[in-house]
Amino acid sequence: MDFRLTKEQLLVRKMVREFAENEVKPIAAEIDEEERFPMETVEKMAKLGMMGIYFPKEYGGAGGDVLSYAITVEELAKVCGTTAVIVSAHTSLCCAPIFENGTEEQKRKYLPDLLSGRKIGAFGLTEPNAGTDASGQQTTAVLVGDHYVLNGSKCFITNGSVADTFVVFAMTDAKLGNRGISAFIVEKGFPGFSQGKHEKKMGIRGSSTCDLIFEDCIVPKENLLGKEGAGFKIAMATLDGGRIGIAAQALGIGEGAIDEAIKYTKERVQFKKRISSFQNTQFQLADMHTRMQAAQFLVYNAALKKQAHERCSMEAAMAKLFAAEAASDVTRRAVQLFGGYGYTREYPVERMMRDAKITEIYEGTSEVQRMVIAANLGVK
Amino acid sequence: MKIFVTVKQVPDTSGTVAVNPDGTLDRASMQTIINPDDMNAVEAALTLKDELGCKVVAFTMGPPPAEGMLRELMAMGVDEGVLITAREFGGSDTYATSQIIAAAIDTYGVEPEDIILAGRQAIDGDTAQVGPQIAEKLHLPQVTYAGEIKKDGNTLTVKRILEDGYMTVKVQTPCMITCIKELNQPRYMNIGGIFDCYQKEVITMTYETLKDHPLIDKSTIGLLGSPTNILTSFTPPQKGAGMMLEGDGKETTDKLAGILAAKHII
Repeated sequence: MDFRLTKEQLLVRKMVREFAENEVKPIAAEIDEEERFPMETVEKMAKLGMMGIYFPKEYGGAGGDVLSYAITVEELAKVCGTTAVIVSAHTSLCCAPIFENGTEEQKRKYLPDLLSGRKIGAFGLTEPNAGTDASGQQTTAVLVGDHYVLNGSKCFITNGSVADTFVVFAMTDAKLGNRGISAFIVEKGFPGFSQGKHEKKMGIRGSSTCDLIFEDCIVPKENLLGKEGAGFKIAMATLDGGRIGIAAQALGIGEGAIDEAIKYTKERVQFKKRISSFQNTQFQLADMHTRMQAAQFLVYNAALKKQAHERCSMEAAMAKLFAAEAASDVTRRAVQLFGGYGYTREYPVERMMRDAKITEIYEGTSEVQRMVIAANLGVK
Repeated sequence: MKIFVTVKQVPDTSGTVAVNPDGTLDRASMQTIINPDDMNAVEAALTLKDELGCKVVAFTMGPPPAEGMLRELMAMGVDEGVLITAREFGGSDTYATSQIIAAAIDTYGVEPEDIILAGRQAIDGDTAQVGPQIAEKLHLPQVTYAGEIKKDGNTLTVKRILEDGYMTVKVQTPCMITCIKELNQPRYMNIGGIFDCYQKEVITMTYETLKDHPLIDKSTIGLLGSPTNILTSFTPPQKGAGMMLEGDGKETTDKLAGILAAKHII
């Protein structure tokens, strides 16, 4: 396995790191405190091609690769988990399923605006009674003439209140179970569609998370994504890619906490010594770095598999499982190294600890990742 | 219309500075960055390109790894890079360097509408000489310390920012302008640009390419042809941490006076 980055990937890392330091880090605490979606950052990222990194230029993408996308999310997450998930959800959960499953007309219609960042994308799968059990979709879609009529609601939708374009799942034939689920491209302005209450969250507080409500929502027939009944398959394949994005987010959050902890422990003096000189600090940081390095290998491996169009369900699940749990552990340890100051909002590690937790939950909990891995091992 | 931008790789001053036995910088062993003022020149060129659709060509003289810097500039939007590299050019001072770069630009071809932009000065030598010397050697008018550039036909209106005031100068193309940081905020590389930049062309100009140009004479290029002699180079000793006194009352000034008196400064 060769993890040497290409010249292009190294430049992507350099560029995004500079961007994150100069444009994202200075407002990270503020958008968390105020629960404010950083639209100004999205506009800047859009101009730099960060909203459509691994998609072809003919559709308005940047013509990059999946690993560059993972690196981008990682670098953003080092300073701001919120900004990282905005890019991840937009890219992996909306642009990717349209690119991978859309007709040529759908791609030409929706991708240029999404990939250039003129419009933001989101993904509607989770429902109040269909979380980990995504097959229990209660939103329905009924074909009436030249359009589908959707009824139901979605919850915990990342980018929900700011997005213009949604990939939404609904049951077209309940008798068929998973095979009765279909995917649709829904625009914000479609009749009967509305965005519901904003969730007040523990972490990634600058990101928008809300309900989507469908009340006799009219969706043109041509907005069916893939074939009728193929929705569950599309959702699962989309989540395989999405998990790489979230794993990269977790990776970045953990690495960012280590950066902060190294800086702080080299400055903080107790017992007339820098606390970095204590072996406990050194061992903690060594363990933290080792965990995140292992996470990086798993994340990059999954990204390279996806890039090569190889099946990556298990690799993505392992990357997300390990990176998310490592990020939660590493950020918690970082807060401990900061002591009382780490518990305050004067320093970023408490935000990183709050942000890390969600990576163990969304786009499949850690338990779901273990189910996916075990299933791939043939363990029943 | 073309815009030429001259750029230089300089040591990253946040790292350690290494010096060769002859006193010149050991550039190969140091982390490098693109000279900050040169980034303002590049941004000025790209801003004009955005407005006018012209071609931007970056020139640099340095060892082969300097190509990486040209690729970064291409990822920002520069169309073409020219790498001037040869053992014969090594160790050149500003006099020799400007001679070589002027020869390279002249070889590429300067047309009546063209503009040459350079950063005011490089953070390693701080001479601010290369840009003006290139202009002299190419017999072009020059405007230094540009804080604003406007183009109207073949006339450029340049606002110079000087220590004691502003000066607005009109100049005809072709001309040389040196740029300062107040001119603009350099843009970032673009992801799409990054994935294109290795497909773009970097022209390499060696001693062989330039040796027949009238400005290239072995006695006036390279270390031997450089009139500047470096007696010694060294890393300055690190300053101790400063002390901040806060407050605007007598108590603070008394404290300051006490500290200065204790150090026998006053």
